[in-house]
Amino acid sequence: MGKYLVRRLLTAIPTILVISFIIFAIVDLSPSDPTGNLPLTIPPEVRAKIREALGADDPFVVKYVKWLNQFFIAEPLNLVESMTGIGFPGSEDRTRVMSWATRGPVMDIIAERLPQTLWVVGTSYLLGVLIAVPVGIISAYKQYSVFDQVGTFLMMVGFSVPTFFTGLMFIIVFSVNLKWFPSVYDTTHVVTDIASLQKQLNQMFMPVTVLTLYFTAQLSRYTRASTLDNLGQDYIRTARSKGLTERTVVTRHAVRNSLIPVVTLIALGIPGIFAGAIITEQIFRVNGIGQYLIIAIQGGDLPTVQTVTFIFAVLVVLFNIVADVLYGILDPRVTYT
Amino acid sequence: MKKLIVLLVALMALSPLTGVAIAQSEDTVNILFWQAASSLNMYLSGGTKEFEAAALVIEPLARYDSDGLMVPWLVHEIPTVENGGVSEDLTTITWNLRDDITWSDGSPFTAHDVVFTAEYCLHPETGCSVLSQFDGVDSVEAVDDHTVKITFTGPKPFPYGPFVGYFTPVLQKAQFDGCQGAAAQGCTEQNFAPIGTGPFVVEEFRANDVVTYTANPNYREEGKPYFSRAVFKGGGDAESAARAVLETGEADYAWNLQISPAVLGAMEAAGQGTVVVAFATNVERLMINQTNPDPMLDADMRSVWMEDGSNGHPFLQVDAVWQAMSKAIDRDLIASQLYGAGGIATCNVLPGPPIYASTNNDDCLVQDIDAANAMLDEAGILDSDGDGIREYNGTPLSVTYQTSTNAVRQNTQALIKQWWAEIGIDTELRNIDAAVFFGGDPASPDTYGKFYTDIEMYTNGSNGTDPETYMGNWRTTEISGPWNNWLGSNVPRWYSEEYDALLDEMSMTGVLEDRAALAIQMNDLLVQSGVMIPLVYRGSVAAHHNSISGVDMNAWDSELWNIAEWTRM
Repeated sequence: MGKYLVRRLLTAIPTILVISFIIFAIVDLSPSDPTGNLPLTIPPEVRAKIREALGADDPFVVKYVKWLNQFFIAEPLNLVESMTGIGFPGSEDRTRVMSWATRGPVMDIIAERLPQTLWVVGTSYLLGVLIAVPVGIISAYKQYSVFDQVGTFLMMVGFSVPTFFTGLMFIIVFSVNLKWFPSVYDTTHVVTDIASLQKQLNQMFMPVTVLTLYFTAQLSRYTRASTLDNLGQDYIRTARSKGLTERTVVTRHAVRNSLIPVVTLIALGIPGIFAGAIITEQIFRVNGIGQYLIIAIQGGDLPTVQTVTFIFAVLVVLFNIVADVLYGILDPRVTYT
Repeated sequence: MKKLIVLLVALMALSPLTGVAIAQSEDTVNILFWQAASSLNMYLSGGTKEFEAAALVIEPLARYDSDGLMVPWLVHEIPTVENGGVSEDLTTITWNLRDDITWSDGSPFTAHDVVFTAEYCLHPETGCSVLSQFDGVDSVEAVDDHTVKITFTGPKPFPYGPFVGYFTPVLQKAQFDGCQGAAAQGCTEQNFAPIGTGPFVVEEFRANDVVTYTANPNYREEGKPYFSRAVFKGGGDAESAARAVLETGEADYAWNLQISPAVLGAMEAAGQGTVVVAFATNVERLMINQTNPDPMLDADMRSVWMEDGSNGHPFLQVDAVWQAMSKAIDRDLIASQLYGAGGIATCNVLPGPPIYASTNNDDCLVQDIDAANAMLDEAGILDSDGDGIREYNGTPLSVTYQTSTNAVRQNTQALIKQWWAEIGIDTELRNIDAAVFFGGDPASPDTYGKFYTDIEMYTNGSNGTDPETYMGNWRTTEISGPWNNWLGSNVPRWYSEEYDALLDEMSMTGVLEDRAALAIQMNDLLVQSGVMIPLVYRGSVAAHHNSISGVDMNAWDSELWNIAEWTRM
């Protein structure tokens, strides 16, 4: 197991490097321009100077090596320095990954935005899992019952109605008509006491509900299908014929086996939390990582797009390994050599 | 865990009952910009959102008011030739700074800060986005602590480029020293929280998200600003920003509300807020390619201007064709249905300020499809093969028409395509992402500067009240082509010695009325020679909550130019 893990982690390194190169190449080859969104009154010579100051016109290889150096050497050193207070030689000349749009370090902005993304998308994911798994299991166990029919209908709605529509509906009902919840998310809000916690919950209510519906819909269908598969298996009949209680049959035998693929799916979905929810964040002005990525793409901000997508790619690779390991723990038939 | 969840659910369920879910704080002004500010140093960013966000903090020497007139801001008076502030030969301008102004940190505001700001922007490696405001500046010097003298390389009839209006506010020397040139990009701390003389001080800046400000304790006017805090929130889209002001009342001010007039009107009818509009010089226009954009041509020929005129457009330079195309358009319909309060039909490339607006082209305001058809018939441009498309010398009148991706623009395209079909002109529509279309990548075939199509549409306008720089866009030497990496501002590739001569004359003319007459002549030449077809005079549309008073919508300077005067009733 330990050996397997080490081998997987080592093979992940070249994978990640190749991914970083591919992302960089695609983003760099795209025709967007960091000065493209500036007002037309700014003349082309001035734009050329801005691009020069940003280093946007440097050759591809120079830009890529610069980014590799900044991301893999300067940023980690900087992180260690700021956490421990130990200074490394040359910390004055080290340049961090700088955004072309803000002229600030990309990592600082990601760190600034991570809390609201985790609060909103993370909570929704957690709630989604907590609702989806029991709903899926009950739907499967009582297949074609009223509960299953209603659940299936609601999940189909959650699955097929896009978040930009549910989000808008929520704003019109809860903000415009009822005036219960704010439609603008205050990212500077700090929770210090009960009143401020309540304000935080208030502003989270609509985005979290919209996203929870979406996540629940995806997961519960999967749980239902997997549980249905298992309930029809021979070992369930064996368990029942042994005289086990129905409760034991379902929870100990059927559910445990049904959840193996679901757990994998949940683990693989976790990187998605960090990527944020682009549309929902935009609608409610949560301004998390998803919104940051989309404006960076629109603004041709290459270092930001590259860094954010790359971190996301690393998380996907890591959680793939985590999912594989979990699989081994849950399913004794799987062994790692 | 279970208990915690129960508690959370209970709190969520209870919260609506408390009734404070959406309440405005009395002493905070909430401003919504659906594009968030990425920096507070607009010298490096150059987008409107950054100029507006910075305008609360850093200020220029003089501003434009909502009528486009200059008002002294950090100076005693506007220098003119009459009061001796501008030299007789029009080569220098001397500003006398007020001596009662301090920076928000309490230190005095002096001429050295102004000189420093000029050096900061003029440094070739800074990458200053408003460099063109300093065009023709030879030197900026501090005569004494409160006198700044700007010398130009030659006569400058309009010397109010530097330090007038929100494009060129003054930075504090003590703070930005060491950030000039290549170091500018790395001065994150300074760029995110500049020290200013304005009514507000930056408390926290979150790039591309939100800026919070507190009132400047050292502001020059006692008792101002009224608000002790300001929040400048970004993100979202225009429609939800309008809703937050006009329907839910969560925000006090929302910027750039270019949304369907029907939707905006319905929101305003809710009675919570007011829509305000101001017009400067922006005109949505069709550019007519004077060269041949045929895809069959080689890269060194396609849309490339030849001095001998040999690579002209196969039919768009024919007067009857472009005149008919212009005549077939119902500008009023586009303006009222797609732009609403933010648009007025126009026939001019330079529609304002009023003294510069020509009245010689107003007959284009009335759509007349029959007259357009008759015009083409008369010129012998007929549909000889019966496919519904006319031919000129055997070439079918088939045009490709491109613009940036944007709902209003695509609707405009669809309307115009239909009208042109009625006069026998076939139109192929294209739309390109704004960052690509307005970008300068010489390798991309889709930039507006490359103009690989017959017609393209976008908005442009003059940067301030004086039109000289704007009209200079269409000088022969500015023709966009491979020699300048397709970055020339003369995008239609228009060549006119007469026009160039008028521009030269304007650069020598100091009297306002004469300059206006020249600008009108140039405008008429552009429109009457088929270089461009103006469509809509575009204003800035914003909305403010009814509890806010003092908003004086301004298109010539920052919309938030007088935020120190805003109060809550």
